[in-house]
Amino acid sequence: MKATVTVMLKTGVLDPQGEAVKSALGALGFGGVDAVRQGKVIELDLAETDAGAAEASVTEMCEKLLANTVIESYRVEIA
Amino acid sequence: MRAAVVTFPGSNCDRDLAVAFEAAGFEVARVWHKETSLPAGLDVVGLPGGFSFGDYLRCGAIAANSPICREVKAFAERGGHVLGICNGFQVLLETGLLPGALMRNASLHFVCKPVTLRVEGDGSPFTGRYGAGTQITIPIAHHDGNFQADTDTIARLAGEGQVAFRYLDNPNGSAGDIAGILSPNRRVLGMMPHPERAIDEIHGGTDGAALFAGLAEALVAA
Repeated sequence: MKATVTVMLKTGVLDPQGEAVKSALGALGFGGVDAVRQGKVIELDLAETDAGAAEASVTEMCEKLLANTVIESYRVEIA
Repeated sequence: MRAAVVTFPGSNCDRDLAVAFEAAGFEVARVWHKETSLPAGLDVVGLPGGFSFGDYLRCGAIAANSPICREVKAFAERGGHVLGICNGFQVLLETGLLPGALMRNASLHFVCKPVTLRVEGDGSPFTGRYGAGTQITIPIAHHDGNFQADTDTIARLAGEGQVAFRYLDNPNGSAGDIAGILSPNRRVLGMMPHPERAIDEIHGGTDGAALFAGLAEALVAA
């Protein structure tokens, strides 16, 4: 199975990189961008064939390594 | 007194840290990150600055999950002393031995310059030589030194005397101007500035030396 993990800074945590991207978009003349948040996407190829087991396993990976839950939230999609 | 300095792939202050411990009278063992045990009879473990694992994923995240870090965590939980500087501080946060996170500097720039700190560190073996309220100047060199935690944690760190150092002129956006923090038992210190880069006149200052000398004194007295 394939898993896609999306890691984003939690709401309320200042994202200086997102702010920099937003100001660069403004400088390029793209108006109306109210907010930019930058995160990361991690794709995993898994041997597991059961979707539930894969999701549980990837969730544990997120808690232990892929996300820093002090400042980041994560979303797991299994396909 | 015995110190161990851990080297991860990408560490670059490990030798400097070993020299600083040696100058304060420690016998120093250098330990590779794949080791599964620490030398016997250790008093302190040093986690050095650098860019462990190329800062991949998050600064310090992969190092914090390396085999030796399990041992460092167990050592700290048994009451051992641990000093994490710069990338070492990032590793300590990723292991959960200290609370909070270090984010990209608010300016988004890598900042490399001497900074002045106010010593707090109520009753810690690392800050005893300085005394609370002293100002010291030592270098910083980092891109991700913006210390953040939830407001309850920031208040608790301040209220419990766990803030070791604060910046006089905040260089990175850290909450509460925090430059270094201590564990509740005062034996684990994480800090972004580099005391090991200020132990000899040729470095341009010696304000970092008293941290190592003070730790040695505290360990002898204990």
